[in-house]
Amino acid sequence: MTDQGVPDATLAQVVRDEVGLIVASLYRRIGDFDVAEEAVQEAVVAALRTWRIEGIPPNPGAWLTLAARRRAIDRLRRSVREEKAVDALTFADSRARLLAQEDADPAAGAPSEGAVAGGDAADERIPMLFGCCHPALRVEARLALMLRAVVGLTTPQIARAFLVPEATMAQRLVRAKKKIGAVGIAFEIPVGRERSTRLDEVLTAIYLTYNAGYLSRADGGLADDAIWLAELLARALPEEAEAWGLLSLLTNLSARAGTRFDGEGRLVLLADQDRTAWNAVGLARAERYLVRSAELRRPGRFQLQAAIAACHADAARWADTDWLQILTLYDLLLTHDPSPVVRLNHAIALSHVSGPAPALAELSEIAERLGDYHLLHATRAQLLTELGDLDGARAANLRALELTDNPAEQDLLRTRVARFDG
Amino acid sequence: MKYVLMYTNRPDLDAAVPPERQEEVYRAVYAWFGENEASFADGGAELLGPETATTVRYGESGSRVVVDGPFSEAKENIGGFSVIDVPDIDAAIALVKTWPMLELPGNSVEIRPMVVDYSHMQG
Repeated sequence: MTDQGVPDATLAQVVRDEVGLIVASLYRRIGDFDVAEEAVQEAVVAALRTWRIEGIPPNPGAWLTLAARRRAIDRLRRSVREEKAVDALTFADSRARLLAQEDADPAAGAPSEGAVAGGDAADERIPMLFGCCHPALRVEARLALMLRAVVGLTTPQIARAFLVPEATMAQRLVRAKKKIGAVGIAFEIPVGRERSTRLDEVLTAIYLTYNAGYLSRADGGLADDAIWLAELLARALPEEAEAWGLLSLLTNLSARAGTRFDGEGRLVLLADQDRTAWNAVGLARAERYLVRSAELRRPGRFQLQAAIAACHADAARWADTDWLQILTLYDLLLTHDPSPVVRLNHAIALSHVSGPAPALAELSEIAERLGDYHLLHATRAQLLTELGDLDGARAANLRALELTDNPAEQDLLRTRVARFDG
Repeated sequence: MKYVLMYTNRPDLDAAVPPERQEEVYRAVYAWFGENEASFADGGAELLGPETATTVRYGESGSRVVVDGPFSEAKENIGGFSVIDVPDIDAAIALVKTWPMLELPGNSVEIRPMVVDYSHMQG
């Protein structure tokens, strides 16, 4: 980054608006996702380098499209040279046409097809999103592919966001793209009964992306990318209640994210956050998305989580929190998502309505399955403190401390343990 | 695209399924092959149990070792396989999801795309 250069956040936004459209359109023309995706990635890397210094060109979409096409053609030419004459004859028509066209008129196709298709109902990025989040791929690979092909992050950026070495991330992407080709994963929006389960996979990938950026202050960019993806999806599939639900949830969390850390970077719990510093505009937008989701009358796990987040946002003070409403929503959420993590949150709400003893009883039912989850032990510690079992609480806090590797959470837990010792 | 379906089961868990229930599922399996006839290509086979397996392995210094039993010591047993020809992996998954044996614990189906392009082997 240079002092007078274009800020990274601006670059990220410009890239995000164009990249998915360009990958999708190039893929449609040449029928090879790997080549299309790699070519666009190279174009993005080149764009970031050039634009950071020289500024963003007047039509960044056209710039990226042209750069990506040139690189795709280089890759295709290389593969043509390597193929035997007999294969060259049967070479995919569309590729041959693309090569021929490029030879005749190097500037052909320069205007951004992407920019024209933007916001259209037939947004080609959506089928690609479903392909990248296909259940035949591992979850880590889905997030990485989505961030590269649809959002336009570079491999080093993704590697940093997920705290893995760059080579590991690169290999993960290569494997995933190979599997897409070999296995025959189609880039299609599923229809019929499959739609809701596949949509849930996509929403989950977006949600996990948000979470990956949530606990660290450094990678706020990932949270923004996730919200952008959620909005892209909701606007493309406006009849999907869960898509609006996720968008509402993430918008709400993000509007309150600024108060989650204090001046020294320490984690601040919801009870202690400065609610006047929450972003009212963002919370109002989250509320509108929630209404939109609720109007479709198909409650699901994301809509219910958004409703719970809205309850917290509605309380002017921690003491005003409507725990009975929240507990009711968690009861409903359990019918859609009976996972132990939801039960843990249900137990916390229960403790505010009925006291620590019944909440502890609920925790003991999930203790085995969540034995390695630090928040189970941190919650147990809180409940035991309320019941006056300080030895038990101290032990539970220490267990929680052992189990988390997030520095902000470790700090908070150390403070709690120190309180017992003090 | 052509995919091979490998049907696997867990003999230890199968033993716990009541015979009437097993018979019921077998009938459903029979019907399933009939209903989905159009998706099947080439031959498939149901295999006799793992106790009938004989495995020939690589041996040191060019020898071949013949042993009694299946190639893998996993609890899962390959009970049979089919070759299907369907448009894409989603069609394969949709078909496999209706495989009646999946109503019984321990059963699974592995889907693998088949190699159909051998051009890289020629010359």
